[in-house]
Amino acid sequence: MVKFTFVVNDEMGLHARPAGILVKEAVKCSSKVTLKKGEKTGDAKRIFNVMGLSIKAKEEVEVMVEGENEQEEAAALEAFVKENI
Amino acid sequence: MNRGANMEKVIGKSILKGIGIGKILFYQKGQQQVKRIKVVDTEAEKKRYEEAKETAVRQLNELQEKATKEVGEMNAAVFEVHAIMIEDGDYVDSVLNIIETQQVNAEFAVATTGDNFSKMFAEMDDDYFKARAVDVKDISERLIDILSGKENGGNIGNEPVIIVADDLAPSETVQMDKEKLLGFVTRHGSSNSHTAILARTMNIPALIGVDIREEWDGKLAIIDGYSGALYVEPDEETYNQMKARQEEDKKSREMLQELKGKEDVTLDGKKIKLYANIGGVKDVASVLANDAAGIGLFRSEFLYLESEDYPSEESQFLAYKTVAENMAGKKVIVRTLDIGADKQIDYFNLDHEDNPAMGYRAIRICLDRVDIFKTQLRALLRASVFGNIAIMYPMIISVDEVRKIKEIVEEVKAEFDAKGVPYGEFEQGIMIETPAAVMISDLLAKEVDFFSIGTNDLTQYTLAIDRQNMKLDNIYDSHHPAVLRMIQMTIENGHKHGCWVGICGELGADPTLTRTFLEMGIDELSVSPSLVLPTRKNIREMDIQEMDIQEHNS
Repeated sequence: MVKFTFVVNDEMGLHARPAGILVKEAVKCSSKVTLKKGEKTGDAKRIFNVMGLSIKAKEEVEVMVEGENEQEEAAALEAFVKENI
Repeated sequence: MNRGANMEKVIGKSILKGIGIGKILFYQKGQQQVKRIKVVDTEAEKKRYEEAKETAVRQLNELQEKATKEVGEMNAAVFEVHAIMIEDGDYVDSVLNIIETQQVNAEFAVATTGDNFSKMFAEMDDDYFKARAVDVKDISERLIDILSGKENGGNIGNEPVIIVADDLAPSETVQMDKEKLLGFVTRHGSSNSHTAILARTMNIPALIGVDIREEWDGKLAIIDGYSGALYVEPDEETYNQMKARQEEDKKSREMLQELKGKEDVTLDGKKIKLYANIGGVKDVASVLANDAAGIGLFRSEFLYLESEDYPSEESQFLAYKTVAENMAGKKVIVRTLDIGADKQIDYFNLDHEDNPAMGYRAIRICLDRVDIFKTQLRALLRASVFGNIAIMYPMIISVDEVRKIKEIVEEVKAEFDAKGVPYGEFEQGIMIETPAAVMISDLLAKEVDFFSIGTNDLTQYTLAIDRQNMKLDNIYDSHHPAVLRMIQMTIENGHKHGCWVGICGELGADPTLTRTFLEMGIDELSVSPSLVLPTRKNIREMDIQEMDIQEHNS
């Protein structure tokens, strides 16, 4: 399993549009992608799961990538979220 | 032709003198009753759901494409998010699970799932996420509409139709394809509701207060805006008569076209500025087609109503810039955000109010949530470089408010000066629509460049009559002497202190008052684009000198 963290920059938090962008990107991964905020976790490929975490601006989110191509996929995903979210 | 055997005639209140002929589309409000039906073949039901899901995603992709072209990528993103939501694993699993375990129809499974998911959002601690319950409702309704073979939100199909509905919200009407609207017939709404105003702007026949029936769906009908009658399945004679009347209308419209390019001046040489009211960028075409000398009222709230979230500075800037450029140096008066009262926007999360017309609205919101106001001002100032923009503030009741506004404008200017962002010269004015503003119009005139009288609200506040209340439509009298005196006082006080004064309410186009306003000395009238040429005709046939002589002699 590969882990990385990122901070949500959008002032409204991880609202519908960025959540949508994130889900679309996560779906491309063959690995299982999980988001963790505090004690709560959610499947990054499921938008209601992601939005259910109610992630606000400046909050830190941990991303866990688990699967055969976890190294490459985690790296690609990390680059993507840091660029776009 | 087997027409006429079942002709039905009902009477309503007409909004616009015109004839509309076409098929009826019975427009259903989103929320529909979903029945729980037992199914035996759950596999077939699941398949039906999967197909509906695919259709929904396809529809959303199409909507996204259309919206990207019309309102830009940012605003169109909502449709993409909705598509992702419809395919969400948890949502899909829940629907399939309910069909399987409860042996019920797909519509019921979707409705139940939608309820559960929107509850999850409604219980969240953040206002933004709370409001997302609406998105869940929206996607669930889209699926149910597809499953039950109904049209949905603002989609009125490809055939031109007469829309029959209980009531229409501004957000629903803006979504409709204007090319496909032959007329509106509603049960509710008053002659000053937004549907009515929209119908006048678009020159579409409309009736309100009609006892509508769902069975009319798909039937041929005629709206007679002259008598206020709706004929469903008209007989041959009525059809031919109305068709002839429609042709006549078309001819007289063509005659009006000859007035294009002519000056707005009375027989005795009094010139007046005849402007048009618009609700968005796409109305500019009809302003130009009807040869208005400028835009006297650009209702900027439609930029907010058409958007799923606060419109960005950039998207507003583009809209104002486009209008200013297209008007090529002619005046474009933009009214800053005027929401609240009968114009509600979800993402503003305004509290429910018992008396919204007198509540938290328009400039009151802008002076309280200054960030929203500043975004709009920045967009306006930047756009002022590209044409002749003027800014107008609604719902003013005090000198203090105007001073505060001017301070905020100065702050934006200072910010731009520091950053080197260019802005042009622009006039600033206020709406006169409260009795308070009228009574202190001498003081307000010293603060601004112009006044524009909003006769709809001014009438409502002067007469203490809620303009949304249909029961009071018969005593809602814009010609009331109290209203006319208010207008006269405003003009006099404005002129005394160097303000020019216009009227941008519905009264500006009232042919029975045009003469009165000219005699009072009005400088500008702003009317629906379709009424510019008829009003011009009226002005050019008028001689107001007699009145002037009387005044000089007295």
